[in-house]
Amino acid sequence: MTTAIAHDVIVEIGAMPVLVRTSSPEFLQVLENRYGGFMNPAADPSFEFDVDVVPPSKLPGADDADVDLSVQFEHNRWILERGDFHAELDPALRRGQIQLAASPYAIDAAFRVVHSLLLARQGGLLVHASSAIRNGKAFLFAGVSGAGKTTISRLAPPDATLLTDEISYLRREGDGYVAYGTPFAGELAKPGENVRAPLAALYLLAQGPENRIEAVGAADATRAVLESVLFFAHDTELVGQVFDSVCELVQSVPVQRLTFFPDDRVWELIA
Amino acid sequence: MSAVYIARSREVAARMLGGEMMIMSARDSTLFSLNATAAAIWKAADGVTPLDEIVKQHVCAAFEVDPAVALPDAEELVQGLAQHGILKISNAPIEEAS
Repeated sequence: MTTAIAHDVIVEIGAMPVLVRTSSPEFLQVLENRYGGFMNPAADPSFEFDVDVVPPSKLPGADDADVDLSVQFEHNRWILERGDFHAELDPALRRGQIQLAASPYAIDAAFRVVHSLLLARQGGLLVHASSAIRNGKAFLFAGVSGAGKTTISRLAPPDATLLTDEISYLRREGDGYVAYGTPFAGELAKPGENVRAPLAALYLLAQGPENRIEAVGAADATRAVLESVLFFAHDTELVGQVFDSVCELVQSVPVQRLTFFPDDRVWELIA
Repeated sequence: MSAVYIARSREVAARMLGGEMMIMSARDSTLFSLNATAAAIWKAADGVTPLDEIVKQHVCAAFEVDPAVALPDAEELVQGLAQHGILKISNAPIEEAS
């Protein structure tokens, strides 16, 4: 009889260390490839997962790999379900179990949901936005698919540090917000740098014939940012917290509309 | 006609921003924004004050509108908000709201 050896890996994104325990060498390799720049073995984990890597056919949603993500709160546990993973999380015990296919997409999706749930309780937000640091300040570029998040990331000058071209991570700190790098990549297929900086501005992206920045009123900014926030749960308390966080964000950080022509001159406006 | 009582749903989050009352439904994350008149009614929806009294106190006085004009508009508004689940309507006081 052989006993599988469990390996612990701590992935720290946005100052939230999450311990992942797996006995699958194949999955361990997936983690190291995907989150190598975000591993912190010395961190005290905020949450722990036991991961069971199973054949895709053994997952509850296996019949439909494209099944929409479902997030339910039942009996004091979060139940997360998608075609390629099934997770049950106990927020009080800060522990959970995940069954997933040994795919980077499954663990990436699970991480995004878990971070969105944990971060919401701490006044933070995951935003569908690219972000970068320039001159010690972070800038966010929010928009729907096709708005230009990856394009503006590609156009960034050498002195800009890319935090992500897909999912930005914001935490409330003091009177403002801090943006953290994330490994969540979009079309750029490249993780962000594992660094942080105070958020100086949030731009709502649109592409046009010329570069310009326009002010956006608080109510319109709230609407636009809410549309870009990653949030999956229909839980009264958490929805209220996310709404409050967005209201706080638009009142503490300038939110402006950035229309840009896709060449590197747009970065002359961002500093 | 019997009195109409209105109460804010507890399944919403609301904030005044840029002169608009922004309301988010926790049920389906739908976002609503109310203008100043509608916001005045929303804020006064305590479940125990009849709608016609709310309109007199918070709409007619503040916006210089005749009650005969304001009340039908207010009734239409509260029906619409109730359909979206962000306000409760009853012909009796709504005690749980107070």
